[in-house]
Amino acid sequence: MPLSESVAALEGKFSVLGKVEFRGETTLIVRREDIVEICRFCKESLGFDYLIDMASVDNFGEEPRFEMVYELSSIATNDHLRLKLAVSEDEPAVATVSGIWPTANWHEREIFDMMGIGFTGHPDLRRILMWEGYPYFPLRKDFPLGGKPTEVPEVAFTKAAPLEGGPFVTLPSTATTKDREPRARRIED
Amino acid sequence: MPEEALAAYDSKVEGNIIFTKLDSAINWMRKNSLWPMPMGLACCAIELMAAGASRFDIARFGAEVMRFSPRQSDVMIVAGTVTYKMALAVKRIWDQMPEPKWCIAMGACASSGGMYRSYSVLQGIDQLLPVDVYISGCPPRPEALIEGLLKLQRKIDGEESLTDQKRLLIESFS
Repeated sequence: MPLSESVAALEGKFSVLGKVEFRGETTLIVRREDIVEICRFCKESLGFDYLIDMASVDNFGEEPRFEMVYELSSIATNDHLRLKLAVSEDEPAVATVSGIWPTANWHEREIFDMMGIGFTGHPDLRRILMWEGYPYFPLRKDFPLGGKPTEVPEVAFTKAAPLEGGPFVTLPSTATTKDREPRARRIED
Repeated sequence: MPEEALAAYDSKVEGNIIFTKLDSAINWMRKNSLWPMPMGLACCAIELMAAGASRFDIARFGAEVMRFSPRQSDVMIVAGTVTYKMALAVKRIWDQMPEPKWCIAMGACASSGGMYRSYSVLQGIDQLLPVDVYISGCPPRPEALIEGLLKLQRKIDGEESLTDQKRLLIESFS
C-alpha cells in the first residue's frame, strides 16, 4: 500500500490533529489517547512492522511541554511514517507500545530515564542509563549540563561537574538556537 | 684466617646467597609480577590491549597476566570513562580485590573526567578509590602505560610494609 493510501486510511479511522509533509516525509499529529490503537493499526493493517526509534522533545516554557515522536517504517515497502503527540507536564504519561513492537521496551525506558515521561502498562519501567534512585531527569531543558549534586547512601553520589553555569551551557527556553547557544552569551553572564 | 672460619666456608654456595631486607625481597617479588585487573571502560582499553599485545608486550615488565577475576588481581587499571552508573561496579570490584592492591588511572577520563564535564560522568576515579599512578593522554599510548607501570613498580619498591607492621605492633604494646 502506498504511503498516501496508508495516511488516508489512518485519517479515516482515527482523529488526526495535524499533518505535515516536508521533503517527502509525512508527520501525523495524533491524540495521546489513541496512540496504542493507531500503532496497532499501523503494524497489523498498514504493514509498518518496524519501529525505528522513539524520541521525546522538551519544549520548555510551552504548554503542553513534552512531545513524543514515533518513527515507523515498513521493511517491505520502505515507507516511513512519523507520529507525534503532545504530553503535558501535569500528566507526563503515555500508554506503552511495547506490546506491539518489543523494541519499544528499552526506548521507553530511556525516555523515562532521561525525560521523565512515564509509560502506563510498561512491563519493566526502570531507569536504563542512570542508576535506580537517581532523582532527576537529565535531558529536560531546565536541568544543567553539569548536573546537580545528589547524595544517595554508599557510593551513588554525584557532584555538579566543574562547568556548571559555565560557557558551554545552553539556556533553557524556546528561543532560536542562535540565542540559546553558548556563544550568544559572554562568559561572565 | 682462623681454621674454623675456613671450615665454615662452603664454596659451592658462592654466588647463590643474597643478603637483603625482607621488605626489599617482598617488594621485588610483588613489583615484578603485577597482575592487572583490566577495568576497560572506553577507548583507553584499546590502548591497554595494544600494550598487552606483541608490539609493546607488557609481559617484559611482568604485568601480562590480565585477570578478569578481582580476587586474583594486584593492580586495577581503570582505562576509560567512569560513568556514575559504572562507578558502582568499579567500586565493588575494587573492594573484592585482596590486599595489597594498587590502582592506575589510565587516561584523562579516569583521572579527571576528561572532556566529559557532564551529569553522568564521575569526575575522576580518585573520588572513589585511592589512585597510585595517573597517566595523562586521551588515550595514552602504550608507552605511556608502560611508563606508568614502571612508576608504580618504583613506588612498590619503596614500600616498607613489614617495617610498618613492626612499628604498629610496638606502638600497640606501649
